[in-house]
Amino acid sequence: MASAGGIRKLLAPRPERAPRGVPLRWVLTACVFVLTATLLGLALGPVDLGLAAVGREVLSHFPFLGVESSFSPTQDAILWELRAPRIALGLLVGAMLASAGAAYQGVFRNPLADPYLLGAAAGAGLGATVVIAYDVGGSGGADLRPVAAFVGATLGVGIAYLLGRSVGGRQTTTLILAGVTVAAFLTAVQTYVQQSSAETVQEVYSWILGQLETSGWTDVLIVLPYVALSSIVLLWHRRLLDVLAVGDDEASSLGVPVARVRLLVVAAATLGTAAAVAFSGLIAFVGIIVPHAVRLLVGTSYRLVLPLSLAFGAGFLVLMDLVARTVVAPAQLPIGVVTAFLGAPFFAFVLRTTRTVGP
Amino acid sequence: MLHRPLAALVAVLLALALAACAGDDGGETTAASPAASSAAAETTSAPPAFPVTVEGDNGPVTLEEEPDAIVSLSATATETLFAIGAGDQVIAVDDQSNYPAEAPVSDLSGFQPNVEAIAGYEPDLVVAAYDPGGLVEGLETLGIPVLLQDAAPDLPGAYDQIRTLGAATGRVRQATSLAAEMETEIAELAEVASGSGATVYHELGPDFFTATSETFIGSVYTLLGLVNIADAAAAADAGGYPQLSAEYILSESPDLIVLSDTKCCDQTAATVAKRPGWGQVTAVVNGDIVEADDDIASRWGLRTVEFVEQIAVAVQHLGAG
Repeated sequence: MASAGGIRKLLAPRPERAPRGVPLRWVLTACVFVLTATLLGLALGPVDLGLAAVGREVLSHFPFLGVESSFSPTQDAILWELRAPRIALGLLVGAMLASAGAAYQGVFRNPLADPYLLGAAAGAGLGATVVIAYDVGGSGGADLRPVAAFVGATLGVGIAYLLGRSVGGRQTTTLILAGVTVAAFLTAVQTYVQQSSAETVQEVYSWILGQLETSGWTDVLIVLPYVALSSIVLLWHRRLLDVLAVGDDEASSLGVPVARVRLLVVAAATLGTAAAVAFSGLIAFVGIIVPHAVRLLVGTSYRLVLPLSLAFGAGFLVLMDLVARTVVAPAQLPIGVVTAFLGAPFFAFVLRTTRTVGP
Repeated sequence: MLHRPLAALVAVLLALALAACAGDDGGETTAASPAASSAAAETTSAPPAFPVTVEGDNGPVTLEEEPDAIVSLSATATETLFAIGAGDQVIAVDDQSNYPAEAPVSDLSGFQPNVEAIAGYEPDLVVAAYDPGGLVEGLETLGIPVLLQDAAPDLPGAYDQIRTLGAATGRVRQATSLAAEMETEIAELAEVASGSGATVYHELGPDFFTATSETFIGSVYTLLGLVNIADAAAAADAGGYPQLSAEYILSESPDLIVLSDTKCCDQTAATVAKRPGWGQVTAVVNGDIVEADDDIASRWGLRTVEFVEQIAVAVQHLGAG
């Protein structure tokens, strides 16, 4: 309490122009959206479990309600061992990609930046392709795939960052160009490896297009700490991202350690993205459309854009995955196809409606 | 009631084993079936005819004389060529042709064929299973005869391909008798082992890619009276190889699971049982999981008999616990 009072005193001289937190109506909207997406995801799927039956099953796990589940062991397994972890992974990956995208757009002041900008996707792709094509660690590389993708993504961004730094200059353009260079190189190597082992092309291809199929709750529990840590760091820096928006020199003159903030945000976003792609593959477009849709709704302040991107990204990906696993049921589509195919028109719609309403 | 089909199956298997032993010396078969020997007798009298025109999936292919420098880019065709006694005429096979062991494996690729590299072997016949990137056209431009044999749609298609290869290599008699033998053996297996409506899930990879009844392997299940759970997803993939969702497989709870990802992806009955939620699946509960050989299950040659036999035994075991 004392320290809170101290902070308040410190901050007191500053004029409060904008509300400090996220407005209640947006908090509620985000909560309702995520909850609805989760419930829809649980209730619907290639196998019809029945809405009421799913509701009874979920309620039966709450004590003192006296609700009996009508589920068979198979239905129970479908709901809790297949659907639920898949939705949980979707929430984590969606939240991560969207908030990392928003953060990247902030530090690079580039509206086209996405979590894959600095070579994370190319690096992860190379890592996964190598273990699949050369069958590293058995099971067609399935066991080592997440580790390889994670290492590839962090290495890709690391090399891009060092290259950008060695070229010199504090221009974000240098860093972006370094990222593009590294990504092009890694993609070339990845394609070579993929083509030299034709019988695994199918597997590599379906990994690259993204999927949220889990091997149970373990995957979710591995991703969770990375996403949590990364999100905390990104949310912590949301005000500084607003300051960065005015330009590096201006931010420096305001006392913001620009280089350090940029490194920290890029590192956090990369770590989280790497953990996400390690299990989900390369899901396109989420890191761009979700933050932009949020901006069109609530304005450009990162105090709103970051937390809301996180929430809407989570719900968005769960809904997209719902489409991916039901539209051609009992078969399924790679989720990357759905995010791009439905995401693009959705974004066009948001763009148009906000234009006509706005100034 | 339960023992009679089992006894019949054992009898068939014994007959197969005898036939296989007899077939090994490459001579006349010891008449495992009347059909095989009569077919063989008919063709022995026919003179080996070159020039010959055979029908491939790329249209008629004319060979002026018996080829003695064959390049096979098809693992199935390689197996057949060696089985019908044309192995000596084969100078190179692609990197996927791992059977039989004496096949002259090269680094040629059937998936990404390099026309120049193939032409470098100066072949007088190229056999391929795919035609990617203008392979057939490129070789024909160079005056090299190409016999394209796509994946057979069903068992009769596979028998045809064997006979075609026989005609193209001057091994008509051997090819005809082997094809007839295969046909008889499979027909006998199908008669004894009828799945009578039991459901089957054929796994191509641990990401649940599978094969519908439209495919060659699917036609084997149809023949054995099994119902393929992949058929509900046939609309999702025109080629007959859709990716199922795990939920669907669990809810269908197939009576029989056939793994053709044992070599590529180290899947076994034990790894399947450990997958989340799969412990409830009928096939897992009853132990009706067939660990097939990836190679045999993805080809459509003579070794298909071994696969059919494996499935037939499993069908007999269905529900037995």
